Amino acid sequence: MMSHGSAENQRPSPRQKASVRLHRFPEDMPAVQNEVLEAISAHDYPGASEFALRLVLEEAISNAFRHGNKLEPGRHVDVEWAVEPDRIVISVEDQGEGFDPESLPDPTDDDRLELPSGRGVMLIHAYMTDVSYNERGNRVTMVYQRPS
Amino acid sequence: MASSESRLRVRKEDGITQVEFVDRNILDEANIQRIGEEISEIIDGDAQPKLLISFSNVDHLSSAALGTLITIHNRLKQKGGQLRLANIDPQIYEVFMITKLNKLFDIHESRDDAIASFA
Repeated sequence: MMSHGSAENQRPSPRQKASVRLHRFPEDMPAVQNEVLEAISAHDYPGASEFALRLVLEEAISNAFRHGNKLEPGRHVDVEWAVEPDRIVISVEDQGEGFDPESLPDPTDDDRLELPSGRGVMLIHAYMTDVSYNERGNRVTMVYQRPS
Repeated sequence: MASSESRLRVRKEDGITQVEFVDRNILDEANIQRIGEEISEIIDGDAQPKLLISFSNVDHLSSAALGTLITIHNRLKQKGGQLRLANIDPQIYEVFMITKLNKLFDIHESRDDAIASFA
C-alpha cells in the first residue's frame, strides 16, 4: 500500500515504496533524498549506484522546482519511489507546463561548454538505465537497473 | 581569510591561492551559491589570480556546482587569471567526462602537479 505523506514526517526506517509531496525548495529536499538513499542502502546496492541516485535525485527535484514550477510559491513537487532488489524507479512531477526533452540543446557542444547551466537532464540520462516523460512533459520517470 | 562560517579552506602560498571545500557534498544550492561568492571575492582581490581548487574532501557534486565552477573559470579568463583543479575522485571525474568539462578545465591528479603547472 502506498502512503502519501509530508516530507517533514520522517520515519525511523526508510520506506521502500512511497510518495511524498514537497512544498519548500530547497528545505524539503534532504529528507526525501535521505529516505530514498537509505532504502537503496538497505538493498546493498554498490557505492556507484548510490552516487548515481544521489545525483539524479538532486537534479530532478531541483529542475522540477526551478524550471517546472519556476519557483512559484504555493506550487509543489511530487516524488514517488519504489526500491526493489534489482531496480529502482523514481518519478518526479511538477506543476509546470511541461517541456520537450528533445528540444534541449546539447550542453557538450563546443559553443555551449562555457555556459553555466543546462546539464541536469543530460546527467539524469547518463546515469539512469531508462528515462521517460509523460505526454505533458511535467513528470519524469527514471529507472535504474542494478549493475550485473 | 576564511571565516568560521566559510564553506572553504583557503591559503595563499607563492602567489597561488589554494582552495579546499569544507563539505563532502557540494549539492545544496545555498551552499553552492555561498562557495561561488567566496571564490569571487578571492578573484576580485587579486590582480592576476592563480587559483587551485582541490576536491580532496568531495564525494558528491551537482550540475549547479559545475555551473559555479564554469562561472569561476569565465571570470578568471576575463581577468587573465589561471585556474587549476586537482584531487578529483574518479566518480566525480566521470561527471566531468560525461559533460565534457574535462576539456574546459585544466585538471591535475595531485595538488603538487597542479601547482607545478602554473605559468
